Amino acid sequence: MNAIEIKNINKSFGDTQAVSDINFSVKKGELFGLIGPDGAGKSTLFKILTTLLIPDEGNATVSGFDTVKDYKRIRKIIGYMPGKFSLYQDLSVQENLNFFATIFGTTIEKNYHLIKDIYVQLEPFKNRRAGKLSGGMKQKLALCCALIHEPEVLFLDEPTTGVDAVSRAEFWEMLKRLKAHGITILVSTPYMDEASLCERIALIQEGKILQIDTPQNITNSYSKPLFEIKSHDFYQLLKDLREEPFTERVEPFGEYLHLTTNSDISSNSISEILEKKGHTQIEINQAIASIEDVFLDLM
Amino acid sequence: MENNAITAIGLTKKFGDFTAVNAITFEVKKGEIFGFLGANGAGKTTAIKMLIGLSRPTNGQATVAGFDVFKQTNRIKENIGYMSQKFSLYEDLTVKQNINFYGGIYGLSRKKIIEKTASIIENLNLRSYANKVVGDLPLGWKQRLSFAVASVHDPKIIFLDEPTGGVDPATRRQFWEMIYEASNNGITIFVTTHYMDEAEYCHRVSIMVDGKIEALGTPRELKERFKVNSMDDVFIQLARG
Repeated sequence: MNAIEIKNINKSFGDTQAVSDINFSVKKGELFGLIGPDGAGKSTLFKILTTLLIPDEGNATVSGFDTVKDYKRIRKIIGYMPGKFSLYQDLSVQENLNFFATIFGTTIEKNYHLIKDIYVQLEPFKNRRAGKLSGGMKQKLALCCALIHEPEVLFLDEPTTGVDAVSRAEFWEMLKRLKAHGITILVSTPYMDEASLCERIALIQEGKILQIDTPQNITNSYSKPLFEIKSHDFYQLLKDLREEPFTERVEPFGEYLHLTTNSDISSNSISEILEKKGHTQIEINQAIASIEDVFLDLM
Repeated sequence: MENNAITAIGLTKKFGDFTAVNAITFEVKKGEIFGFLGANGAGKTTAIKMLIGLSRPTNGQATVAGFDVFKQTNRIKENIGYMSQKFSLYEDLTVKQNINFYGGIYGLSRKKIIEKTASIIENLNLRSYANKVVGDLPLGWKQRLSFAVASVHDPKIIFLDEPTGGVDPATRRQFWEMIYEASNNGITIFVTTHYMDEAEYCHRVSIMVDGKIEALGTPRELKERFKVNSMDDVFIQLARG
């Protein structure tokens, strides 16, 4: 049995189709990423799966339970960390944790093994009010509260948005350890560079799934010739390449431009053309597609 | 000095016993896209407040757009633009009204405001949105409009606070193209972010840790120095000490 099964899910708010015809499943024990920008429909899908919204069409199950009919069963066996910080700001770290343990009919002691690695970092602040914690600490506390009843499936909606690179890296390390406990994790993020940390991902944009596969297969699926290029005048280079007939698309990609060509033109030929246009210090290499390249191509 | 948009020497800010910014020294060249990076709490915000004339330094010296951060804070404010991730646009005003409002705030003449409004709407292809309230604009449009509004008074330097969080890859690139265009026109761009992949788009970056600038260079130099493949890894090495 799959941990999550989603079939033909549609949901609109007024005229806005938030998610349309979503189909995918998440295997038991899998770390699955839902990757897409703000407004793509990630949070709507999370709310449907966590029984907080009823879909207009289609159905979904979590651990075999239907999200509409069996919502009470689902709520007992999932952990949910919403995108917006939703703990009690006026309660201390320890009080929040106690509260969530109690409403799920358990105790901190009983499931301490699950949160131990995370909680040790919070322990020095255990009497501090949740509202007074830093972004990274809030995120850790929210994760502890979502875990304290030993859920079968964990839903993390943009857990790393707004936290710094160190906290983000630590957070992903924690997710890997939780996976080792057999917990299924569905995590969403707008940051494409986090995709490679998941076992499988779904790329989502404007309510539709663009592709579902392992991050490796998704980047390998980019079959067009791709180059990274720079020259002494980055902005002029962008404008010049856009004029060329061999250019399918060209966009800034950090230090380089990424150029996708529509023919088998060699990097030497491109370089010569650019030299004729007055570019110097030209650097051109064949590039390996990233998740962002694929996303741009599928959009 | 003439070629620098920003020069800071030993710039320091103390709150009581706590040193939030500890003698930072750096220069930003005219037309440069400079990334100002650091973890939450590293002192970025305090440093920027000093640079834009909102907080008086405890020690050191700095000039921004040629003006002194101690004595000429009003001149600084006239010569810089500021855009935050939250956007300073009024959601209940139309596109035109927002441009008008900011043009007025910066003291542009009526004639100039009309010109600017027309050129922004033209350049951003916003004609069909001109009389719609900003709240109804897609995120990507808001972002570009927000940048245009921050530049309405032709500032010498634009400060961008986490400009592209959460947008799709295409929108993000359109935004960076605007930044490159501005930089190409000689406008200096000062970007703060804690998203390191954004840092890769900057000409040079500095990384603040505990109030000090611990690294400064092009993204490539920093990756080579720390022998890693991404700015994320540079940052993690530095911040974890």
